[in-house]
Amino acid sequence: MTTAEKTTLGTTRTGRAKVKNVFTSPWASAMAIVLAIVWTIPTFGLLVSSFRPQKDINSSGWWTFFANPNVTLENYQQVLFEGTSVTPPLSQYFFNSLAITIPAALFPLTLAVFAAYALAWFEFKGKNFIFFTVFALQVVPLQMSLIPLLQLFSQGIKIGDTTLIPDLGITGTYIPIWIAHTIFALPLATFLLHNFLTQIPRELVEAARVDGAGWFTLFRRIIFPLSIPAIASFAIFQFLWVWNDLLVGLTFGGGAKDIAPLTVRLAEMVGTRGGGWEVLTAGAFISIIVPLIVFFSLQRYFVRGLLAGSVKG
Amino acid sequence: MKDFAILAARKTPWEIVAPNLTVLVFGLLAFAAVIFLIFILAERASVKAQEWLKYLVFLVPALLLLAIGLIYPAFRTLLLSFMNADSSEFIGFENYIWAFTRPEIVTVMTNTLTWVILVPLASTVIGLSIAYLTDRMKRSSAIKSLIFMPMAISFVGASIIWKFVYDFEPNLKKTDIGLLSAIAKALGFTPPNWLLEVPLNTFLLIVVMIWIQTGFAMVVLGAAMKNIPDEVVEASMLDGATQWRRFLLITIPMIRASIVVVVTTILIGTLKVFDIVRTMTGGNFSTNVIANEMYSQAFRQLNYGTGSALAIILFVAITPIVWYNVRQLRIERSER
Repeated sequence: MTTAEKTTLGTTRTGRAKVKNVFTSPWASAMAIVLAIVWTIPTFGLLVSSFRPQKDINSSGWWTFFANPNVTLENYQQVLFEGTSVTPPLSQYFFNSLAITIPAALFPLTLAVFAAYALAWFEFKGKNFIFFTVFALQVVPLQMSLIPLLQLFSQGIKIGDTTLIPDLGITGTYIPIWIAHTIFALPLATFLLHNFLTQIPRELVEAARVDGAGWFTLFRRIIFPLSIPAIASFAIFQFLWVWNDLLVGLTFGGGAKDIAPLTVRLAEMVGTRGGGWEVLTAGAFISIIVPLIVFFSLQRYFVRGLLAGSVKG
Repeated sequence: MKDFAILAARKTPWEIVAPNLTVLVFGLLAFAAVIFLIFILAERASVKAQEWLKYLVFLVPALLLLAIGLIYPAFRTLLLSFMNADSSEFIGFENYIWAFTRPEIVTVMTNTLTWVILVPLASTVIGLSIAYLTDRMKRSSAIKSLIFMPMAISFVGASIIWKFVYDFEPNLKKTDIGLLSAIAKALGFTPPNWLLEVPLNTFLLIVVMIWIQTGFAMVVLGAAMKNIPDEVVEASMLDGATQWRRFLLITIPMIRASIVVVVTTILIGTLKVFDIVRTMTGGNFSTNVIANEMYSQAFRQLNYGTGSALAIILFVAITPIVWYNVRQLRIERSER
């Protein structure tokens, strides 16, 4: 390395450092740390409590745990595996949550990347109108759709005596929940992926077209591989959204315990007090452990998806 | 004998899971197979056929689902909102008159208003402060992760977490297990029964939503601050601007667009949130909000008329924001 290079590098570094120093006053750091601790205490208290014996939870605050540590896995054992046919154990709802979430993340992403491809690269009349409609649909509250969609799944659509869509006989299975989640995710997913797909260089697409690639080959060979990072970001987003959802699960699967997700059962447990804090704390932690793992291991992609969704919109 | 019957009727976990697992595996395989087949067939189709096939495969499925699942239901909900509970006759504006005159529904409306004012405001202010405090701070990622973490938790999970914080022990002789009660006692107050105390309880529920949304505001605004060029900051320092003035006169104006996005996103989210109220108080003790009332009217009272009317009111409240966003997007696209 020559001396000239060294000095330039050196000065830029000190330049940046100077700006940095002004901001990192010890007070600012201390305040940020205090806030982070305050933010974490409620979750931390829940976590600690879930490992305490029932007697301890109900007779002393969780903060006394450190003076008198008694650890047990009894609460987890109880909520996960002990149940009746009327109130199945949480392990079953955990399975339901997975069985709802995986397809409900895959289906809308596939359909959305298709639609985004069409809106980004096909030339046709009304393209702009469709694009803005999809964008506007993002914010239509789910509540607007619940009643008609529920009727559709149980009775089909009829106008007078003509049946447009017959009763599909799928109530009581996961299918209505999958379809509902797919529909509700489509507008945002299509919009975000469209933004991403329009950034693919035009030359690349045109070169492939000139080489004789049809629209389907173009998608399979170029568009899809290039959009995998964007799809991954949104997949995490959608996975968390579906896993954490209560409204759709309750409306389309609330009645049937064979298919209801964890959130529905937990909300029920709080309402009826289907157990004291020893059950609720362990149950809540079981439901939040999956999103927390996803979140902490894939935080970077999650943040990227979030920024794409909000800063641009 | 009786015990035996019960035992026989009881299914093992595997017996419950097995049929569902079949549906899951079959659903996924069928979906993959359909996509695979379509591509194999379509790629072999003639160039001319591909010109219309491409719309059929790529665009039509999504548009069809949106039409069936969002557009048609919106019109149907509008129609149902002018009909009675079981949708058998038209009753005009009665459901809307009900919504704006019944005292308990008026409480719902004022509560909702309190939510949509306080949550976006507090989340944005706190999120903005943390973003500013940690901007350019070394090793701030742990702090940010902790504050952002509630975003990953379900509203139901968050509600249980906070219900535990707000736990109230009526028996004065027993020790408190709720953190808030313990703090209140340590400070010399007699803790009230937090979630029953009107109007305190609504504010305590709002705290949960602020706790969740602050991380979102912090991340988006923090990213926006990173885009402010160092030269601008340095120039203001040379001019002798104080920290506070620099924050007000440089940082805020430069990230204004992001602030607007954050506020509107949180606002829409807050209008639609029902899980927190439903889980923590069930909408009782004057804490109800419109999204929860919509759910209980439609699916508990089975009154599709009032339920639909509330959904429409919710939609109308959001419309100005949608309109504003569409306009912003148009401007953004024409600038490109």
